[in-house]
Amino acid sequence: MSDATQESLITEEMRAQIGKESGPTTLEIDKTSVRMFARSVGYADPVYYDEAAAKAAGYRSLPAPPGYLGTPIYNPTAGGAGRRGPSMPEPRRPLKRVLNGGTDIEYLADICAGDVLTSTSAVASLEERQGSLGEMMITTTKTTYRNERGEPVAIATGTGIRY
Amino acid sequence: MSATWDEVQEGMEIPTLKKNCSTQQLVYWAAGSGDFYQIHYDHNFARATGLDNIIVHGALKHAFLGQLLHDWVGNAGRVKRVGCSYRGMDFPEQDIECKGVVTRKYEEGGERLVDLEIWTQNPEGRKTSPGNATVRLP
Repeated sequence: MSDATQESLITEEMRAQIGKESGPTTLEIDKTSVRMFARSVGYADPVYYDEAAAKAAGYRSLPAPPGYLGTPIYNPTAGGAGRRGPSMPEPRRPLKRVLNGGTDIEYLADICAGDVLTSTSAVASLEERQGSLGEMMITTTKTTYRNERGEPVAIATGTGIRY
Repeated sequence: MSATWDEVQEGMEIPTLKKNCSTQQLVYWAAGSGDFYQIHYDHNFARATGLDNIIVHGALKHAFLGQLLHDWVGNAGRVKRVGCSYRGMDFPEQDIECKGVVTRKYEEGGERLVDLEIWTQNPEGRKTSPGNATVRLP
């Protein structure tokens, strides 16, 4: 059991990682992936399935529905599943379980099929708390997505909970 | 019908989007999003981690709230920001109601913007993914 006299879960090595950018990760958006994402959410709007409908509505091609920020290129020979998050040393005491705490995405421009995005991530904050689940560590990660011209198109803030 | 600037008023509720995920939809979502964590489709795996049932992905509820807003503003408008916290678990074959209330209507940088409080609600009326959003209207 932890108590107030115990040392912080968050070590100096962990704090030193705050704000350090990782990546870049390359993400592709194509018509098939937009259709699959839209179908999995349950959209009926034809702009997500029919390129003629998308163009008639003023998009360059099928637009990415909210929440879809491309698919990282999977290449098992290059190591890993393609998405590189910020690296973070382990906390002072082990935390076994992980929860997704929340998602916040700001869109700065349309993202459409044919786009190739580049994302970079950094840990924005680390907090610790005593909650109903016991000792918890809350990590906020900010990821910026840029298009081929280097313009930011989306900023995603994710909250991860370990306990 | 898409929302129009003139009809929008602070305090108004937007049309509810009703969802009820089949286990098949969770598998579609795993493929569509690339999140293949087994607690979302493998009962034995979910039970081994202490859950009673497989659970709906948090990010899918975030995407449902995105659809709620997209369907409301239409393609002449845009969803500018969607954020929510995952405060409670939702399960397959259970209603998830996605709702929103307008909190602010304003013009900024030449755009007609609306801020909303948004959330998903379980059958007991509990807000399992509360958050907020900004949309642009034509």
